[in-house]
Amino acid sequence: MRVSFQWLSQYVDLEGVTPQDLAEALTRSGVEVDEVIDLGEEIENVVIGLVRECKPHPAADKLTLCQVDLGDGEPVQIVCGAKNVQAGQKVPVAKIGAKLPGGIKIKKAKLRGEVSHGMICSASELGIDDRLLSEDQKEGILVLPEDAPLGEDAIAYLGLNDSILELDLTPNRSDCLSMIGVAYEVAAILDRELHLPTIDLQESDQEASAEVEVNVEAKEACPYYVARKVKGVRIGPSPIWLQNRLRAVGIRPINNVVDVTNYVMMEYGQPLHAFDAQQVKGGRIIVRLARQGEKVVTLDDQERSLDESMLTISDPEKVIAVAGVMGAANSEVTSSTRDIILEAAYFDPSRTRRTAVTLDLRSEASLRFEKGVDPERVEEACSRAAQLIAQLAGGTVLKGAAVNKSSAFTRRNILLSINKLNSVLGTQLEANEVEQLFRRLRFQWENVGQKWQVTVPTRRPDLAIEEDLIEEVARLYGYDRIPTTLPQGITTPGSFTPKQRLKRRIKTFLQGAGLDQVVTYSLVDEEESRWGSWFKEQVEPIRLAMPMSKERSFLRTTLIPSLLEVAHYNKNRQQEDIHIFEMGRIYLSQEKELHQLPEEKEVVAGLISGMWQKHDWQQVNEPADFYVVKGLVEGLLHYLGIGPVQFKKIIREHYHPGRTAEVLINGQRLGFIGQLHPLVQKDWELKEVYLFELDLDGLYDHLPAQLTYEPLPKYPGVEQDLAIVVDQEVEAEAVLETIKEAGQPLLKQIALFDVYTGEGIAPGKKSLAFSLLFRHEERTLTDDEVREVRQHILDRLAQKWGAVLR
Amino acid sequence: MEKQLLTLLEEALARTKAAQNMEQLKEIRVAYLGKKGPITESLRQMGTLPPEERPRMGQLANDVRRQIAEAFEQKEKELSAKLLEEQLRRESIDVTLPGRPVRVGVTHPLQAVIEEIEAIFLGMGFTIAEGPEVEADYYNFEALNIPKNHPARDMQDSFYITEEILLRTHTSPVQVRTLEARQGEVPVKIICPGKVFRRDTDDATHSHQFMQIEGLYVDEGIRMSDLKGILLQFAREMFGPDQQIRLRPSFFPFTEPSAEVDISCILCHGEGCRVCKQTGWIEILGSGMVHPKVLERAGYDAERYTGFAFGMGVERIAMLKYGIDDIRHFYTNDSRFLRQFETI
Repeated sequence: MRVSFQWLSQYVDLEGVTPQDLAEALTRSGVEVDEVIDLGEEIENVVIGLVRECKPHPAADKLTLCQVDLGDGEPVQIVCGAKNVQAGQKVPVAKIGAKLPGGIKIKKAKLRGEVSHGMICSASELGIDDRLLSEDQKEGILVLPEDAPLGEDAIAYLGLNDSILELDLTPNRSDCLSMIGVAYEVAAILDRELHLPTIDLQESDQEASAEVEVNVEAKEACPYYVARKVKGVRIGPSPIWLQNRLRAVGIRPINNVVDVTNYVMMEYGQPLHAFDAQQVKGGRIIVRLARQGEKVVTLDDQERSLDESMLTISDPEKVIAVAGVMGAANSEVTSSTRDIILEAAYFDPSRTRRTAVTLDLRSEASLRFEKGVDPERVEEACSRAAQLIAQLAGGTVLKGAAVNKSSAFTRRNILLSINKLNSVLGTQLEANEVEQLFRRLRFQWENVGQKWQVTVPTRRPDLAIEEDLIEEVARLYGYDRIPTTLPQGITTPGSFTPKQRLKRRIKTFLQGAGLDQVVTYSLVDEEESRWGSWFKEQVEPIRLAMPMSKERSFLRTTLIPSLLEVAHYNKNRQQEDIHIFEMGRIYLSQEKELHQLPEEKEVVAGLISGMWQKHDWQQVNEPADFYVVKGLVEGLLHYLGIGPVQFKKIIREHYHPGRTAEVLINGQRLGFIGQLHPLVQKDWELKEVYLFELDLDGLYDHLPAQLTYEPLPKYPGVEQDLAIVVDQEVEAEAVLETIKEAGQPLLKQIALFDVYTGEGIAPGKKSLAFSLLFRHEERTLTDDEVREVRQHILDRLAQKWGAVLR
Repeated sequence: MEKQLLTLLEEALARTKAAQNMEQLKEIRVAYLGKKGPITESLRQMGTLPPEERPRMGQLANDVRRQIAEAFEQKEKELSAKLLEEQLRRESIDVTLPGRPVRVGVTHPLQAVIEEIEAIFLGMGFTIAEGPEVEADYYNFEALNIPKNHPARDMQDSFYITEEILLRTHTSPVQVRTLEARQGEVPVKIICPGKVFRRDTDDATHSHQFMQIEGLYVDEGIRMSDLKGILLQFAREMFGPDQQIRLRPSFFPFTEPSAEVDISCILCHGEGCRVCKQTGWIEILGSGMVHPKVLERAGYDAERYTGFAFGMGVERIAMLKYGIDDIRHFYTNDSRFLRQFETI
């Protein structure tokens, strides 16, 4: 909403208040002012001139030499380049020394040998927005009305000595969609007098009801309809003051009748519509719902197809307006219009909104109907418009109006107690202070027991409950004056839940290992959502009803493609060594059509690509590989105290069939580690990529119980190496398990430190070397005891895996 | 024999003194003091001397032996000191060569802001609540007093999956879910960080996915002045001890009264600059007293209990705090961007 400071000062005394002060005051009390625009800010020394004489420039076809009277003596010569300049016109003239928007300064100049003492201005040279000009005003110089006062300041004449306050209204403050509404607000904030327009309507003896008949069929959609008739109008341009007002608030002047309806709409917040009475068959207006598929050409020359939910204004034959949204072309006021029917109404807000949305036709009118207009001003606004039309376009206003009102529109009463008010705000306001605020807001009240019964004006439909009134009092009293306190209730401990703590520990470990945390989008493309989940079988992709792009149309079922996207983005920017992790949710559902909320599983996933360790002057390059991610996951699980886990090879789409494993604990899948399939890797234009994804719930379920200290060993252990040869296919984990089992109870530690094939080892075989630590808890081990257990281990390995000592 | 021993002594001392290294010294030692050396030999021959000379000669031989040994020890010390000195000289390195890198990964800046805010509110006795990102229309709107015809409920503005299910547009539904779960218990003191989604085209200042932190405090006797107090404390811990806050009336369907909260500009400290549009204030929070309808719907007696709620955008705070000019950086995860946050 654009508010003209000048216009506003007509209703409320703004003496001593600058537009900036006003903007600040409004913003601080809840009506936010986005911007204050000073219309004529940069303009100086532009006056109204009269073109006395025009003759062609002797040396230039497109230039005219004009003798312009500036009302201060002899006419001066001005060279003008506009085609439309003619003798006898009143025009805005920038005199020598004048300033125009954009830092332009007018100096005495010579154009093709002829002296020019200033410049005749176009509308846009005066900073008037193109959209607010008629077609002929967009071209050439701005021609002013003949009665424009010669020699006077053109800026004042054009209403450009005004400031505009651009309001950013919250949805509840539709009352401020009008000048009068804003005036109420300003009068309350500044505690000043309010001067509302007085209606002085001269009606003829002829009864309107004899010529206009209103029949409201859809009473719920239109509880209130008023029509007046004005006969014998002469359509023409509006006077300059009206045009200025409309332009100031961002509306393009059209003709005197239409301009008046727009003016009153801006003044009262009540949209009005003028029909050409001759086009309304029999003067009979029927307010009814549209028939399915009914067609109408609206004022913007678009054919619209209506449906049964939309309200129309019709005559017996045709639709003449889409109620509250836009009039039809068939009954438009044109230059030949003589008689008009003027409509003011209250249309059901949500129906108006749905219609405007469906037709994609949001207008200043629909915007106001959507919020609910003030029912107490419907008739007043209609009368005001009739009065102004009679004044500006001539014509006679017929007596009375055709009124159809089916709702009482009672004012709301709200009870408020001072105790409640003070206890919600934390203030200590006195009753008379609050009553002062009611008075400034122009709310009526009476005392009912210990409470106030406040009668809320119908212009404030946003006020419905006690708390709404508390806010009214608070915002006018000033939020700044509310004290600053701390809650007085019991103190509570603030702490993480065990699961939140787990997430932080995981993050600490992975960052400690050098992985950067990333955050990515939950929405992915269809192909990525079809990767499925490691944690739930047969999940169905979840699609948005109205995605904004193909890339972001489905919910993800794994974090892996999101991490690939990050790797791809970085690789395209010459960053090929990537170590990242993300903690986030995946969305899993087995329903084809979503009826229940999907399961949101929290997972942690990581991606390593390129070099794990980059070579430097001491170290060689160490490319990422399977065992890097495996080490990360093992390290993480160890850090969390989760185990023992198994890594079991698994074949799955998108992953390298020989280099992918699921991570299991007691047969339950905690996640996976593995290499991205070379073909997928190629699609993403990446180097080898190693990945993991783990289920946070799974990890949580296997967190260890309370940790208890173990006494330190009292006796020394015996360290020994053991190298064996087994078939290539035998998995290291299996051999390790056998050794651990056979080494009980003396074997305390085991580590695999070498895997070897090649010279000295038969083809198809490999050597595995382990370091073992044996220890007895109660005494020092003897050589014989160690020899014995070692032999037992070898026997078991031979038996189980055909292993021989190397 | 005496002469022989003295010559031997002289010779041994001279050779010891002349020894260049440990090897030579060792040779000399073996040569003079070894089992087959001349002194041992002399002592062995002691029997051939007349008995009255034996004590003196024995004394002399031992003397010579001691002197040689002492010289030796002396020389050995000298030589090993020299050796150590050489070793240390050899081991000298270029201390300006770079060390072996140890790198800790970064916390994503959005997470860093969340963790900072969490720490502040945990300190004030709040706990952290979470809720679904894919939400029922009821929790996202209806329960928060946002009526059916509210523009936010338009398919154009929110990511709906079905008519009843959508990606949550704010973290406020967690308020309702938490209240329902607490079944009328008080106090309820939570903050809820999380991802939210709106149908915005991604550009420098808009993102279809972003993060919010919601706060809720419900108890008997909670006042709007308490909201001011808690938020002032938060602003001071988060942005500095001189922070001021300013509340402006506003509108949210789920709070009444409602307020926008400004903090003094963290760049110019209220002087006025480009970031605060010369006002000295920047808006960072929406807040208000929980609407009685929200309390009632969640099973709390609004006559008895009151509460306040607030919500803030994590990206906005991170952008202000670190001077980031493009919200998309948070989601593209360019490592050159992320690694700037190693020190936070």
